[in-house]
Amino acid sequence: MSEIDRFVDQPVNWLRATGPESDVVISSRLRMARNLATYPFLSRLASAQRDAIIQEVRDAVKSSNFLKSAYFISSPELPELDRQFLLERHLVSRELFLEEGKSAVAITPDEMVSLMVIEEDHLRLQVFQSGLNLVETWRIADEIDSELEKELDYAFDGTLGYLTACPTNVGTGIRASCMLHLPSLVLTKQVHKVLQALSKLNLAVRGLYGEGTQASGNFFQFSNQITLGQPEEEIISNLEGVIRQVITHEREAREYLKKKRKAKMEDQIWRALAALKAARMMSSSEAIQLLSLVQVGIDVGVLEGQVTHTDLNQLFLLIQPAHLQKMTGKELSTTERDARRAARIREYFSKVVL
Amino acid sequence: MICNVCGTKEATIHLTEIVNGKMTEVHICEACAEEKGTEFKTYFNFGDLLSGVPGLESALGASGEKASLVCKDCGMKYEDFTKNGRLGCAGCYTSFQRPLAAVIKQVQRSSSHVGKKPSRIPKETRSIHDLRQLQERLRKSIQEEAFEEAARLRDEIKQALDKLKKVKRPKNE
Repeated sequence: MSEIDRFVDQPVNWLRATGPESDVVISSRLRMARNLATYPFLSRLASAQRDAIIQEVRDAVKSSNFLKSAYFISSPELPELDRQFLLERHLVSRELFLEEGKSAVAITPDEMVSLMVIEEDHLRLQVFQSGLNLVETWRIADEIDSELEKELDYAFDGTLGYLTACPTNVGTGIRASCMLHLPSLVLTKQVHKVLQALSKLNLAVRGLYGEGTQASGNFFQFSNQITLGQPEEEIISNLEGVIRQVITHEREAREYLKKKRKAKMEDQIWRALAALKAARMMSSSEAIQLLSLVQVGIDVGVLEGQVTHTDLNQLFLLIQPAHLQKMTGKELSTTERDARRAARIREYFSKVVL
Repeated sequence: MICNVCGTKEATIHLTEIVNGKMTEVHICEACAEEKGTEFKTYFNFGDLLSGVPGLESALGASGEKASLVCKDCGMKYEDFTKNGRLGCAGCYTSFQRPLAAVIKQVQRSSSHVGKKPSRIPKETRSIHDLRQLQERLRKSIQEEAFEEAARLRDEIKQALDKLKKVKRPKNE
């Protein structure tokens, strides 16, 4: 059994919906960019240098208390389906495998930390937490970084801080982000107003509507835009402050929907459930849209006790293409996947009574 | 909604990004998203940044003297950086210091780092880092009108600067 296969049946820890404010904030993530002082950046890296970097990092990982039990996987050994699988679990980025040549990743068995080696920068450390918990992601990243730097010489400049391949990451090299589910703000057409109001705060908001129609999914990622000139703690507390405001707006919008548009909302939620319980074929975009409505159902109390955020968060992941294929144990065509996905969803919702 | 890239197919991927107060929306169809592949990454990361920041394109501009700059450490041309937004090595920050300063000023809030530093760094790097921290604290204390603290920091900065000069001088002469 490969190391990756261990993850297949394991629920993702940071999707447990147990963290603070987890009715709105799905997860928190901190990404930290570092480069080794003695090698050129990615674009000018020779193949032998790639091997040397991976070896140096592998040694540093072994002597780190935090990472010593991590699985260390390098790219040539990794089949395409496994890459896709790790991508869906956010443990690697698309960029890690974008260029030819070797790259690697170290992943802790609980999947809360991944260290990508030779991404856009030599090192990209990612730390995840469930709910709104950026402070904890930084605490862990800082600790791991301090362990690794005992073995590795980082490219660091007295004025510019940690040097990165792209000047948009220079300085602290950290990008903190939170994934928010904002269905009520989208349904009440308030989301653009809120985003506009936040737009002057040097934050990036990506509306990852997923595939399909604009309203599907309702997921938004908030992250810091600036990495230079602010200490790490300040970057994080600023972002967290903004996110707390957004949470307040989302809950207000939810209350509004509950009070003023109850009948229409309940109709939409039950229709979504009926489709999820009955469909024989389902694309991922349709599934995301319907599951997002079910999440609203939990939030407004329609589905009390029948469905949990924890299960739904996992389901969002389990219906992704590579996950369906890993669980089936073979490659599937789009049509086969749509059938599998529908079956998986029907199975989950079979206990829900309409 | 129609795809922004090919202009024919229905767009199924919608991205909204707010950068420096400007909201941009991009709508693309799946076929174009797949086809673009690597090109796309630059388009979203650096490309969007460029379009979001007025005046940056000219700062980056591959015109005349800037374009012919070459990094003395890795041999990368400044011109290449203007195309893909990625530097070749740590030394590029020194070789391209002047044009990069304009870029950094546009994409970042400040021009010097405050925050964590590695525990093992050369003494001179450490002194410069310490100096930047002091300057940042001075800026803050002035902002907060804590003038006693500001005066104390000013003296401390002066001492730190004198020390730095002493370290540098023998090397230059």
